[in-house]
Amino acid sequence: MFSNILIYFVVIPVVMLLGLFLCRDIKQIRAVAVTGSVALTALAVWVLVEYLGLRAADPDTPMFFVGSWSWFAPLNIHLAVGVDGISIAMLLLTGVIMITGSFASWEIPQPKEFFLWLVLLATGVYGFFISIDLFTMFMFYEVALIPMYLLIGVWGSGNKNYSAMKLTLMLMGGSAFLMLGLIGIYYHSAPAGQPLTWNILEIVSNDAISHGWQTFLFPMTFVGFGVLGAMFPFHTWSPDGHASAPTAVSMLHAGVLMKLGGYGCFRVAIYLMPQAAHELAWIFIILTGISVVYGAFSACVQNDLKYINAYSSVSHCGLVLFAILMLNATAMTGAIMQMLSHGLMTALFFALIGMIYGRTHTRDIREMGGMMQILPYLSVCYVIAGMASLGLPGLSGFVAEMTIFVGSFQHTDLFHRVFVIVACSSIVTTAVYILRVVGKLLYGPVYDQHHMSLTDAKWWERLSTAALIVCVAGIGCFPNFFVDIIKSTWKFFGALNM
Amino acid sequence: MDYSQFLAMKQEIGLLVVFLLIFLFDTFSSRKSAKAVPALSVFLMGVLTLWGFCPLNSADASAFAGMYVTSPVMTAIKNILNVGVLIILVQSVKWANSEFVAIRRGEFYELVLLTLLGMYFMISSRHFLMFIIGLETASLPLCALVAFDKNRYESHEAAIKYVLTAVFSSAVLLMGLSFVYGLCGTLYYDGIAMMCRSQFGVMMAVALAFVMAGFGFKISLVPFHLWTADVYQGAPTPVTSYLSVISKGSAAFAFLVVLTQVFGSLYADAWEWMLYALIILTITIGNLFAMRQVNMKRFLAFSSISQAGYIMLAIIGDNPMGVSALMFYVLVYVFSNLAAFGVIGAIENATGKVDMTDYNGLYKTNPRLAFTMMLAMFSLAGIPPFAGFFSKFFVFTSALNGTGSVALYVLVLIALINTIISLYYYLLVVKAMFINDSDSPVATFRSACSERVGMWICVAGIIGLGIVSYFYDYLLTVVY
Repeated sequence: MFSNILIYFVVIPVVMLLGLFLCRDIKQIRAVAVTGSVALTALAVWVLVEYLGLRAADPDTPMFFVGSWSWFAPLNIHLAVGVDGISIAMLLLTGVIMITGSFASWEIPQPKEFFLWLVLLATGVYGFFISIDLFTMFMFYEVALIPMYLLIGVWGSGNKNYSAMKLTLMLMGGSAFLMLGLIGIYYHSAPAGQPLTWNILEIVSNDAISHGWQTFLFPMTFVGFGVLGAMFPFHTWSPDGHASAPTAVSMLHAGVLMKLGGYGCFRVAIYLMPQAAHELAWIFIILTGISVVYGAFSACVQNDLKYINAYSSVSHCGLVLFAILMLNATAMTGAIMQMLSHGLMTALFFALIGMIYGRTHTRDIREMGGMMQILPYLSVCYVIAGMASLGLPGLSGFVAEMTIFVGSFQHTDLFHRVFVIVACSSIVTTAVYILRVVGKLLYGPVYDQHHMSLTDAKWWERLSTAALIVCVAGIGCFPNFFVDIIKSTWKFFGALNM
Repeated sequence: MDYSQFLAMKQEIGLLVVFLLIFLFDTFSSRKSAKAVPALSVFLMGVLTLWGFCPLNSADASAFAGMYVTSPVMTAIKNILNVGVLIILVQSVKWANSEFVAIRRGEFYELVLLTLLGMYFMISSRHFLMFIIGLETASLPLCALVAFDKNRYESHEAAIKYVLTAVFSSAVLLMGLSFVYGLCGTLYYDGIAMMCRSQFGVMMAVALAFVMAGFGFKISLVPFHLWTADVYQGAPTPVTSYLSVISKGSAAFAFLVVLTQVFGSLYADAWEWMLYALIILTITIGNLFAMRQVNMKRFLAFSSISQAGYIMLAIIGDNPMGVSALMFYVLVYVFSNLAAFGVIGAIENATGKVDMTDYNGLYKTNPRLAFTMMLAMFSLAGIPPFAGFFSKFFVFTSALNGTGSVALYVLVLIALINTIISLYYYLLVVKAMFINDSDSPVATFRSACSERVGMWICVAGIIGLGIVSYFYDYLLTVVY
């Protein structure tokens, strides 16, 4: 079991949890958090390098590093792991955000409990991305959700009790549908007489889920994951939750956890039920189309920095699901690029907002101004994040959105094209709300003279933001490297070849 | 008479011996040495629990012309009950030595063991007369236990309510059984099952409804649940925990046997539709009432009502997987609920506080208790990686096994949506302990050694039972 490299993505966080239990002061806690997340990222890089070699030698295997260990044998539940290019990209993203998140919460109160919950959340996220067994996947999914309640409830700000409860209940509500869908998939996973299975690869090769059941189970699983992907009308947890959460939690949640939704949508719903995906995609295209446009417009009228970014996340994550539903290789590659891009830039945004809020104690853009004179480093970073968000070439946002819209427009029918055009309009709206914030917050006269005495970023804050900016620019300048990793996967997707 | 058939009842005889030893010791010991009663009970119960796992016990056997049978499945469920009773006895040591209880503590242990004996017979019976004897042995001493705090008004009220409901439900059950006897001419389970197969009649369904109502009172299914909250609140905490896990677990298993093996072949699956309605009512109403409770014991009363609904889900699938899922659920429920009651009891013993608002800020003053309570709440709510998640998952999976009709999918969806409601109120407790601030929090105290041991066992169970697949696999191999 421990000869499989992937298992260490769960082992390291568990070791971190034990280490944190034993920590006595904040220095040890920081050391454990940073060492652990660096180790996890290094591991992800190593897996990537190995993967590239294996993929070049063998383009016909859907997943590598596959391992499967029986857990509940009578139900055929295994701890099964395996990765392809997309999972590895997600693992890398999680690693980067864990490192930067640790630095961003350098001076959090009650650090021990905070990092315990944060690492538990990360355990769930890593476990989810490496699992190819529906049971363990679902288990890790829920492990990742529940720490959010305490992270927001204890360390949050504003209307935190309400937000924490709303977020937890809505996400768990989604997982209720998901659980039913997964059990349904299990009972139809194999032709009559053969053993049932939870393993994704086996379910795909069995191809036994009947058409009727697909039309029932596809919406169950898609809605279940879609709630976490902030699909309209189930997105309302997102603005409240993100606004109340502490910095690192917002980063991790918007940056990684919302990606669980998108990842699950294509890995479970579309991968396992291609026919239903084709037939029912139109319903969800409408819903996610609304997410994209509505999220962007909502962001235009908010005054709280975190609400602006939360609604912007709704819009961008809506675009992820929107592109996945287009069911063609280009758009779906764009969707994965958008996941990476949004994960990085939204983490950057939330980190910066947290740092600004920590200094000014307000997030209302009407009560701030002229930050460029006071906090030049943070302000420049904010501008860069904004440019990435509105799709400036050379940064990650441009690559992702361009790929999505080009791919989506390949559909020649009226329905798809109309919705692509509608969704495209969000690019303009994005520019509106980003430039509005940049203009009000960073330029102009200094609103509050007390702000003149503020100091610019400390070293750990610089490190955290710089690392994210490098990644955003890296994807923007060398997109092909990532596109190549991602697109080798699509030929195994039945839904794309129908 | 062939006396060797008594050997089939090894566990019952063991329990009887334990009971008699404690009884004799308590009666004939001096006041000074009577202090050893709790320790002695715990020790003997521990021995009995180990004895239950002895492979001698797990053979199929029957006695008294088939009125009594035992099988590996029954031994397994009895062992689960033993473990639960052992934990309760451990947790109650401090309470039993407290000022008002000390003089009567022997009775507590004797009555508890006596009811357990009744439950053994209830589980093992294959004849309704035997069953009724077991049921009454299990119910009547419990009334005395509920009234154990004789200085408290609520305890009396609870006892009266419990007596009346217990008697009334037995009467309803007997009414149903008399119909059954009139229709079938026998009270043997097998005989009735055979008649059910050949004889179709509305009367049989009426009889079934009476039997279900009788069981409904015991397991506190809605709409037969009205006694639960008052009794749970009024009874002493160890008795409440006993009522909520042991009494409920044994009755649920007996209900499973009666439904699937006796009435299983009744036409049009009458019992499944009756149970279907009961489950939806139980889970939903239990949950909705639990949201409004402020007293922790009342809160857990309503939570246990909805948990009973989930246990019933394992029955409705009517397959061997369901039997093991039920036993696993009861096992996990024993550990989770006893952890919660352990914390409640510890805080009640130390400070006398039982309201949810008293728990505000508990994490700051008593982090370990708060942590234990949180684990219990998460397990009850079904959050991984704690055992409650696995037990809920297996129950849902077993409900959909077999026919997998649309109606069952709808039922499971309703149950799943209800888990979200239940998560809300379980999180309210977590919120009180971890997030809320309090002007007068529970002062930092050191709970008694026995209480801590009880809680450690429960925490180990909550964490270990799910992740270590051995326990569930074992229960499945027993069933098949």
